[in-house]
Amino acid sequence: MSILINKDTKLIVQGITGGQGQFHTAQMIEYGTKVVAGVTPGKGGMEVLGVPVFNTVKEAKEATGANTSVIYVPAPFAADGILEAVDAELDLVVCITEGIPVLDMMRVKNYMVGKKTRLIGPNCPGLISPGECKVGILPARIHKKGHIGVVSRSGTLTYEAVDQLTKNGLGQSTAVGIGGDPIKGTGFIDVLEMFKNDPETYAVVMIGEIGGSGEEDAAEWIQKNMKNKPVAAFITGRTAPAGKRMGHAGAIISGGKGTAAGKVAMLESCGVKVAPTPDRIGETLIEAIKEAGIYDKCLIK
Amino acid sequence: MKIHEYQAKELFASYGVATQEGYVAYTKEEAVECAKKLGVEAYVVKAQAHCGGRGKAGGVKLARTLAEVEAAADKIIGMRLINKQTGAEGKLVRKVLVTGAVNIKKEFYLSLAIDNETASIVIIASGAGGTEIEEIAATKPELIIKQPVSPINGLRDYQARYVAAKIGIEGANVKEFTVMLKNMYKLFVEKDCSLVEINPLVLTDEGKLLAIDGKVNFDDNALFRHPDIVALRDPDEENPKECEAAKHDLNYVSLDGTIGCMVNGAGLAMATMDIIHAFGGEPANFLDVGGTATTERVTAAFKLLSDKNVKAILVNIFGGIVKCDVIAEGIVIAAKEVGLSVPLVVRLDGTNVEKGKSILKESGLKIYACDDLRSAAKKAVEFVH
Repeated sequence: MSILINKDTKLIVQGITGGQGQFHTAQMIEYGTKVVAGVTPGKGGMEVLGVPVFNTVKEAKEATGANTSVIYVPAPFAADGILEAVDAELDLVVCITEGIPVLDMMRVKNYMVGKKTRLIGPNCPGLISPGECKVGILPARIHKKGHIGVVSRSGTLTYEAVDQLTKNGLGQSTAVGIGGDPIKGTGFIDVLEMFKNDPETYAVVMIGEIGGSGEEDAAEWIQKNMKNKPVAAFITGRTAPAGKRMGHAGAIISGGKGTAAGKVAMLESCGVKVAPTPDRIGETLIEAIKEAGIYDKCLIK
Repeated sequence: MKIHEYQAKELFASYGVATQEGYVAYTKEEAVECAKKLGVEAYVVKAQAHCGGRGKAGGVKLARTLAEVEAAADKIIGMRLINKQTGAEGKLVRKVLVTGAVNIKKEFYLSLAIDNETASIVIIASGAGGTEIEEIAATKPELIIKQPVSPINGLRDYQARYVAAKIGIEGANVKEFTVMLKNMYKLFVEKDCSLVEINPLVLTDEGKLLAIDGKVNFDDNALFRHPDIVALRDPDEENPKECEAAKHDLNYVSLDGTIGCMVNGAGLAMATMDIIHAFGGEPANFLDVGGTATTERVTAAFKLLSDKNVKAILVNIFGGIVKCDVIAEGIVIAAKEVGLSVPLVVRLDGTNVEKGKSILKESGLKIYACDDLRSAAKKAVEFVH
């Protein structure tokens, strides 16, 4: 099992005719993802990599029975793309696009309240359930099917963490990049709860960074709700100066809040093991699962 | 993106947010001319620079005569404002704003900002204006009012009236306040701001509400639809390297250390800084070359790293989908073009990693290739010690 996506996921690619869209569509198909449709306004009727292209998400869904979409459209049009997927009542929309204006995301987030669709991202690498389905831009080759859930605010740092797991013989149930923007569709707690309820996930790695309070809130939630599954974490940005935006729009320490030290202290006080440096994420998880007596169970057979 | 106080006040004026008349001067002579235009009895000369705490740093002076205006401008123009925000180097002041002094009856704090938790614009207000809001928040948090505004309904009159009542604005000023706040909100939404702040908002002896300071920040991601705002950019106020980086779509932040870093991805870039620090080194910068590192961008990034403070360079690329041989070629071309004078440690991982490594090896350059983050960071730190 896995969370959010699996072998039955039927995917629409919004922005399939663009450079990014085409490149990653090929990669996803190669991995085995069922890409059933593409959407580019004005290019309906075309075919890209054998995938039929539609003008609208609604038409694409009606014609193919798709339940998920991934968005590669440029930032000025991305909010529109998300709203279109929400109005087409897809189950899941994954927005890869980076640099969407905050006010656009604010309107999107408010519009989505009470709607059926879940949003992952924006400004995220997507997600992968190894051996079953990949939606986004993650490098498939470093992933192995297994029992560790991964949730992260960063892209390449997720790859670093996953790589360390795989090299240590620990596979992943699903790896989810929730994105580096301050206003996003899905937060840590949403994903942690799904991992908690997934019988194939035995332990979780959580990768956070400076800015916001998502990690602190997650720490409290873990203490209350994740007693059955160990969680190991890493927080990046210990050396980041206050008031400077470190690449991600969400990664900024302001008014003395959102520091790495504060997040680490909170996680540790809630029983989460935190890796001291980014090269020890794998080791830290191994410590946690050995303590819980499930190390052998987690190893790839 | 940040702008100056005088630019913020010009925006206020165009949106019907009451503020004072004022003029910008680059010399003391100009300052006197500005003061003459005002026709007031007393003046305030204020340093215009992108940093807060200007008053405490000596960048704001009261002047009673034109001679005092001249003296104040002479002192402020060319000075360096030094405080917690600017660092030890300080911020050079190149111009001043000359305005009339106001008789203040009461001071308030008023701002609009983004609240990520509720995904809305939030009104932040306090009856204890004039000082830094962080200070009030730390010492008397009960004096700060926060009122989120639904993006669907927009800012409603009743919300403005509620805030007015909470911070002690009364009588005829309530209506004045409502108009002012709604105009601030309009500015925030129409120009994609990330902050609109008035500190202090004052009630004058004559019973008028007036913004006597103003700060407006903009969402960098939305600048593509606001050429008028981009035109307000003052390159003198920005770090020249950060400006150069922005031209090449690179995320770059200058730091004080000696190890130059080039990494793909913001999270991994911060993590690389962290591990350098953990091994006893200090990063010279944060630099994210992005997910699609092309030869052109890698070259631009290398140029940014060539600095007298940099004693070693650490490149950490987790290729993912990007091919390592392409990255390696980019590094070699860039290193040759820029003229590499310090040790270069490269950690490459991803597709075609072996091909990438042999390109680095055969380049004839002094490049130390490492297999993982730990050994790469250790190696880089060794070189600076």
